[in-house]
Amino acid sequence: MIGERYLNLLVLAALMAVPLWALAADEPFTITLATRAVILALAAVGLNIALGMGGLVSLGHAVFFGLGGYAMGILASHAQSYTPLELFGLTIEGTKSMPVIWLTAIIISALAAWGIGLLSLRTSGVYFIMITLAFGQMFYYFAISWSAYGGEDGLSIYVRNGFPGLNTLVPIEYFGLCFAVLCLALLLNARLQGSPFGLALNAARQVPARVETVGLDPMRLKLLAFVLSGAITGLAGALFADLNRFVSPTMFSWQLSGELIVLIVIGGVGRLMGPVIGACLFVTLEHWLGGITEFWHVFLGAILLLIVLFARGGIVGLLTGKEGPHV
Amino acid sequence: MSSLLIAEQVLNGLQSGIMLFLMAAGLTLIFGVMGLINLAHGSLYMIGAFAAAAVAGATGSFLLALVAALIAAACAGAIVEMVVIRRLYHAPHLDQVLATFALILIFSEGTRWVFGSFPLFLDIPEALSGPVTLPGGIQYPLYRLALIGAGLAVAAGLWFLTARTRIGIQIRAGENDREMIAALGVDISKLYTLVFALGAGLAGLAGALVGAIQSVQVGMGEPVLILAFVVIVIGGIGSIKGAFIGALLVGLTDTLGGIFLPELFKLFMAPDAATQTGSALASMAIYILMSLVLIWRPSGLFGVRL
Repeated sequence: MIGERYLNLLVLAALMAVPLWALAADEPFTITLATRAVILALAAVGLNIALGMGGLVSLGHAVFFGLGGYAMGILASHAQSYTPLELFGLTIEGTKSMPVIWLTAIIISALAAWGIGLLSLRTSGVYFIMITLAFGQMFYYFAISWSAYGGEDGLSIYVRNGFPGLNTLVPIEYFGLCFAVLCLALLLNARLQGSPFGLALNAARQVPARVETVGLDPMRLKLLAFVLSGAITGLAGALFADLNRFVSPTMFSWQLSGELIVLIVIGGVGRLMGPVIGACLFVTLEHWLGGITEFWHVFLGAILLLIVLFARGGIVGLLTGKEGPHV
Repeated sequence: MSSLLIAEQVLNGLQSGIMLFLMAAGLTLIFGVMGLINLAHGSLYMIGAFAAAAVAGATGSFLLALVAALIAAACAGAIVEMVVIRRLYHAPHLDQVLATFALILIFSEGTRWVFGSFPLFLDIPEALSGPVTLPGGIQYPLYRLALIGAGLAVAAGLWFLTARTRIGIQIRAGENDREMIAALGVDISKLYTLVFALGAGLAGLAGALVGAIQSVQVGMGEPVLILAFVVIVIGGIGSIKGAFIGALLVGLTDTLGGIFLPELFKLFMAPDAATQTGSALASMAIYILMSLVLIWRPSGLFGVRL
């Protein structure tokens, strides 16, 4: 058994060491894999705010991931073709600048999360799960039928967008950028857990009635958590699209929403580093098992089933010997 | 746009709605009685379709194929219930979602392992192929009409089972108070297995019936599963009547929206833009319908107030 704080530092150090080793050994593919893990971790860190702290089992977080991706795809494709984007009479120039794209991704996914949250939070429990799932499908089918931006085929961006002072085409520099964003999100998450808002949210998950009695509105707390959560997942979507230089409706697919939850549960629900550990393990399994057999999802399914039935705290729970928060 | 086309589309909508009902009925029954959200219901639909395609390929009989679909899906359902689902009745929803998501991964990839990635085909039986002329001069495929009939027959049978038989009384009692009927000497775990197998069998039957007009392939169950979720959210979770009305609403909205929305937008937009906007909006129509129902009644049309 080790303390959670040491475990967290250990995981971050390992996550940073792997690509540095790969750089030394000249294995750029490993760096790309590590970047993928970091970005998935970021998306799951976002979801963990809604799921772990707010107890909101959202099976539609791919919506925000996809919106972030399309924010990047649309802005970059307009910059690439030198045609401005006409929107409700406004003329918006495309851009290849990451900070602008990130900000757009965050704002759009936060707005979407606000709308979806406002509707979905009218319900709870199973209804909430099914409704978020249905909203995910709605965006998925919309992206497929919206042929202006590639429809089912998706959108390719030829050159990765730029960040001031960095050459993002160099794998290790892009990894560093994503890693820095992940660390910021983790820091925000850690601060949030100790903040009055985080404490109230935790209480709203456990006993909404009591939170209401002390004069706080559980619905507003959960909505805020959902918006924050969506914004972070949206940012991850923009990074993911830039990693692949490709956006397609599969970023909206419900399997992705399911996988984001799986990442968190493998790592540990409501734990700071749960999503990070889960994402690293997921990408490793995907690469390693996927190399052995084409049908690696069978084994992923079996592992997941065992974790759900017998190891409820996830990996963090197993290593620290403490059960996590109940959702 | 002619009235013939409209009538045909209404029939198409009814047909897809009634097939959705077979899926949604099982889901809503399982949720109502056991309080379990089962994402793997789509896999049972797929198992039914694959069993039907395999048996039809071996024997050439469509009827045997349907029986095989029913039995295979019901058996798969019973086994899954006894091995996995039984441990989840008292677990939080998150665990149920994850465990049944894991089951989807296992079933989908397992089926791909056994049958390969290429779609199988299930032929419409000779006696039901070809069009039939309906009153009013509408030419309509006989098989689709048979689907509507079969679905309505199953719906009636399900109503009879829950409203008029001893098992039905136990099922309804189980929805209200499981401790009480256990105390009255009903073997609750056997009842649960039975309900789960019944829902699974219905899903398998729907898979086989629809498999004859679409291709039978891995992953065919999930889009239907999500539509069935929309149906039971609209109808109210746990209500079979709600599932029936919801399924028809969703089937009709989905089919008619695809035809009428592009036409509607042509009234005030350029044809190209109208087709684009109309079809994009049509693909979202059922979800918009669901949002509207939720704003109006958060627990669905026939749901119990939360």
